[in-house]
Amino acid sequence: MTGMKIKENIMKWLVWASIALTAATLAFIVLFVVVKGLPYLKPSLFSLTYNSVNVSLTPALISTVILTALALVIAVPFGVFASIFLVEYAKRGSKIVKFIRAMSETLAGIPSIVFGLFGMLFFVTFLGFGFSVLSGALTLAIMVLPIVLRSSEEALLAVPDSLREGSLSLGAGKLRTIFKVVLPAAAPGIFGGVILSSGRVVGETAALIYTAGTVAQIPYSPLQSARTLSVHMYALSGESLHVGEGYATAIVLLVLVAVINVASSAILKRANRNRI
Amino acid sequence: MNCFSVKNLNLHYGEMHALIDIHFDMKYREITALIGPSGCGKSTFLRTLNRMNDLVEGCRVEGSVRLFDEDIYTMPDVSMLRKRVGMVFQKPNPFPMSVFDNVAYGPRTHGVRSRQELEMIVEKSLRDAAIWDEVKDRLKKPAMSLSGGQQQRLCIARALAVSPEVLLLDEPTSALDPLSTAKIEELLRELRSKYSVVIVTHNMQQAAHISDKTAFFLLGELVEQGDTKELFENPRDERTAEYISVKVSAPQAACAAPVDIPARLAG
Repeated sequence: MTGMKIKENIMKWLVWASIALTAATLAFIVLFVVVKGLPYLKPSLFSLTYNSVNVSLTPALISTVILTALALVIAVPFGVFASIFLVEYAKRGSKIVKFIRAMSETLAGIPSIVFGLFGMLFFVTFLGFGFSVLSGALTLAIMVLPIVLRSSEEALLAVPDSLREGSLSLGAGKLRTIFKVVLPAAAPGIFGGVILSSGRVVGETAALIYTAGTVAQIPYSPLQSARTLSVHMYALSGESLHVGEGYATAIVLLVLVAVINVASSAILKRANRNRI
Repeated sequence: MNCFSVKNLNLHYGEMHALIDIHFDMKYREITALIGPSGCGKSTFLRTLNRMNDLVEGCRVEGSVRLFDEDIYTMPDVSMLRKRVGMVFQKPNPFPMSVFDNVAYGPRTHGVRSRQELEMIVEKSLRDAAIWDEVKDRLKKPAMSLSGGQQQRLCIARALAVSPEVLLLDEPTSALDPLSTAKIEELLRELRSKYSVVIVTHNMQQAAHISDKTAFFLLGELVEQGDTKELFENPRDERTAEYISVKVSAPQAACAAPVDIPARLAG
């Protein structure tokens, strides 16, 4: 056997080992959670109200959906419009573009607990929203803003200039060109950023504990406190009385994330049918 | 009557003097071909006729460009100019929407709302672009699902839908196969009874085949303009004679001519 051949074999085994390790890690985590949580995944866990005897996860599940939706509704318009400014209106490579990009990258690198602290001082205390869904959603909106901004920016940049020229050459104005041609063409990329953001929101705990609070109830007003599934899990394992139920909650969280991913790729596929 | 009349046109991209003292006249309902080697300024010149160069940073235009005796560079509304002077690009650029919506985009932009009227315009434009029979059963299908040649004819239909007075074509067949090219050349010959057309082309046969007038560009100058037959058989300028003889004696090379690098990238 030549040296070349040996090297090739070693490389091949290394690649396979990495694949196996990655897959095994994921499989182990899922299996671990399922084995620990499945015995506790009873119908009573889905009752509408939470109490100290039956730590129902339904309020948390509903809060998660509401909070995620609210955070995205706040962050997505800002992120998308900011990216429209950066790509379509600002001079390419100008100082302001570089400045905003640097700011958003810094924002993306800040640990979430810092956002939590800011949210508590600003939204909860200064603006007087209290520990509430609103404070939590606003805080998380700021946290995911750079993700939305960057992914929409990339998506808009990927739209070929020939489409813009085609629209302008028909006598369309800039605004019409952006909303009728450029944005639809960039929609899948923007949507991808939104999904990524929803993943961040669903998985967040640190920034929420100090802004949305930890009350386990279905919020009927944006000014009420609520806990998301992740916070619920954190609380259960912290209290150490219902660790099993915590694992059961983790199963539900995994399923929720899987549902979001499957649904979003189905939506993308549907949207793409009209393009290609 | 002159449809376009250009005098003392100079264009700079920053430091680069891309068009030098151009004088150009074009009659109503004629096809004029712009020929010349890559980077000679013919595409740039084409883009001054509907002010697409306005979009390029650092581009400065001097001189007068008149469309039926109106100076287009003092027109207050560029979109009205672009409605009157349509453009088809080198690479087909259909929008990511249905065939119907592509053609209806221009009329909708200019305020046509009634479904009936839109349907009429779309059908007429697609017929004029000789693609109606191929797409009439798939108007709701995405435009991207058409072949390259069909996409380009769709883009021509899209340009015709706003009833322009002049149609500018920037090497419309350079990205297409010979069969699609032949179809579009045939289409252009039919269009000349209804529209005034300016076409940039690398292909001498194409210029000789479809145009009434030809203008030869070299290094940013318009060297010679005249009747196509006259210009090809008896060029007045040596430089024209040389370019044509090289191109025609080596038709293979003419067909394989490199894609023109847009001057705005070069500049």
